[in-house]
Amino acid sequence: MLLYLLRRVVFTLPTMFGVAVVCFALVHIAPGDPLVSVLPPDASQDLKLQLMTIYGFDRPYHEQFLRWIGRALQGDLGTSIATGRGVMSELSRALGNTLILATFATFIGFFFGTLFGFVAGYFRNSAIDRIASLISVIGVSVPHYWLGMVLVIIFSAQLGWLPATGAGPGGSSDWKWDWAHLRHVILPAVTMSVIPMGIVARTIRALVADILSQEFVGGLRAKGLLDRGVFLHVVKNGAPTALAVMGLQFGYLLGGSILIETVFSWPGTGFLLGNAIFQRDLPLLQGTILVLAMFFVVLNLAVDIVQSLLDPRIQRA
Amino acid sequence: MGDGRQELGQFPQGAVGHRPWKLDKYTPRERAELVPNAAYWDAARRPKLERVVLLPLPDPAARTAALLSGQVDWIEAPAPDAIPQLKSRGMVITQNVYPHNWTWHFSRVEGSPWNDIRVRKAANLAVDRVAMTELLGGLMVPAKGMVPPSSPWFGKPKFDIKTDLAEATKLMAEAGYSKAKPLTVKAIISLSGSGQMQPLAMNELIQQNLGEIGIKVDFEVMEWNALLSSWRAGAKDASSRGAHSTNSSYFSQDPFTALIRHLDGGLLPPRGTNWGFYTMPRWTPASPPSATRSTRRSSSRSSRRCMRSSSTTRCSCSSRMMSARGRCRRASRASGRRRTGTRI
Repeated sequence: MLLYLLRRVVFTLPTMFGVAVVCFALVHIAPGDPLVSVLPPDASQDLKLQLMTIYGFDRPYHEQFLRWIGRALQGDLGTSIATGRGVMSELSRALGNTLILATFATFIGFFFGTLFGFVAGYFRNSAIDRIASLISVIGVSVPHYWLGMVLVIIFSAQLGWLPATGAGPGGSSDWKWDWAHLRHVILPAVTMSVIPMGIVARTIRALVADILSQEFVGGLRAKGLLDRGVFLHVVKNGAPTALAVMGLQFGYLLGGSILIETVFSWPGTGFLLGNAIFQRDLPLLQGTILVLAMFFVVLNLAVDIVQSLLDPRIQRA
Repeated sequence: MGDGRQELGQFPQGAVGHRPWKLDKYTPRERAELVPNAAYWDAARRPKLERVVLLPLPDPAARTAALLSGQVDWIEAPAPDAIPQLKSRGMVITQNVYPHNWTWHFSRVEGSPWNDIRVRKAANLAVDRVAMTELLGGLMVPAKGMVPPSSPWFGKPKFDIKTDLAEATKLMAEAGYSKAKPLTVKAIISLSGSGQMQPLAMNELIQQNLGEIGIKVDFEVMEWNALLSSWRAGAKDASSRGAHSTNSSYFSQDPFTALIRHLDGGLLPPRGTNWGFYTMPRWTPASPPSATRSTRRSSSRSSRRCMRSSSTTRCSCSSRMMSARGRCRRASRASGRRRTGTRI
């Protein structure tokens, strides 16, 4: 087991390096000058060159990359061009807010996804299956930003039950776990949970249907196991795959959603990323993408490890 | 730099100020809370409200929803589509003209179709500004030049910018073009950015208008910051992709921002933002400026010279095709419910 763990961690390192290279390259490939947001319209060429030197944009790409990655390893992701604040401080605040949103969305999405998936798979081709499948297909297909707007129109603008924007009456800086703050999470979390719910439900349905068609299920029934006992075996057999899908989905949710966080003005990583893109704030953009991508890599690693604990056959593979 | 950066980041937390409002609480990118400055010298102008909360909501639909749900008391720049709904809910919409132009900057480099003054005039006469005003829910003022006629820099133009399709068609025929034998132009546009409102729909209307007189417009759509970068780089740069015009919107509050930076021959790229390489002798300063400050000074001299020689008229009409002047608009709740604070 230890050897397996070590192997997985070592395999992650080149992935992380690749992710860093892609993050760095992506923002440099995109058209546009990063200094546009800070340079006055009448700025001289001298001033532009001076700023390029200060931010290090005049150096060769490989040198910029090494300096950037070197500082990132020490926890310094640079300074936002647009605001002059440290990228790390901007990012840590946004990550905290996204974590709150992602936790709620995960809970809602996984609960309903698992429920619909198992029910639809177990009672496949019945009316219950059709209803559960329909809900999951809608979940995957509906554009979530559109759903967010519709929810805002109904529950905020028309009925006035829930707030339309923001992270609480006093903003995210004094977040509390009370109703006044939690009511701000409901609409964005529901909107965000729809896609993972659909994906998890569809995966689990297919998985359950596949497991039920295997011979050992017939064997279990022949041994005289009741439906409840068979169901438990199905759940245990489906868990590793379901977990892998959920891990990836949680990774997506932790990355925040530019569209949902913009619609609800939720000050998370997606909102920050959207701002960074529109302001062409290179250090903020690179730092945010890097941290989110690393989250994903680490989360994949964690899922792999948990999967191998649940299903020892994976370790031997 | 590290320490200085930290200090700069902490500055808003303890900002003092000497105006009627003081900053009380500040969360970057989220909110700023202001309280009255009880020690403000002018007692008559001391705020009556206990607190003002400012929330940045970049998305117009989100702003509008926040107002409709009662979460805020007023917003700036509501989504134009939502204006009838806001009015029907008893909101008050306050408007004011502000100096912000939405223009097509023409390329005057060799080979540009806009070098022909007849084509430029025809295009100006073809744009249906009434339809454009309708498209934007009445939230624009049709332009008569690069500054409004009320401006001291407007001058006395001989060419009146209006809609006259017959005259436009005649001018195009003189230049050798018609609907059957159209002139093709390439225009850089963006889908959002700055205060452009609905740039795609607005540009499509212009495309349709110009099509009527035999100008076929091909769009080169760019992301806003890429457009700004190519604006700085100039029409000859590869980033402008051989386009004959670019479509940046900009503030125009003084001669420099409204006229000089676009037209001064001393501000050709990469020195300045004269994207189209407009080089009328009367706009070019005697000695090339070397830095920002001197650029401004010499440009101002150039501007004064230009205005005295009344070439403003020609500059504003012939180098620009169509500009819409934005209106600042603000929607607020009509009912004066008592509250401890006003949120913006």
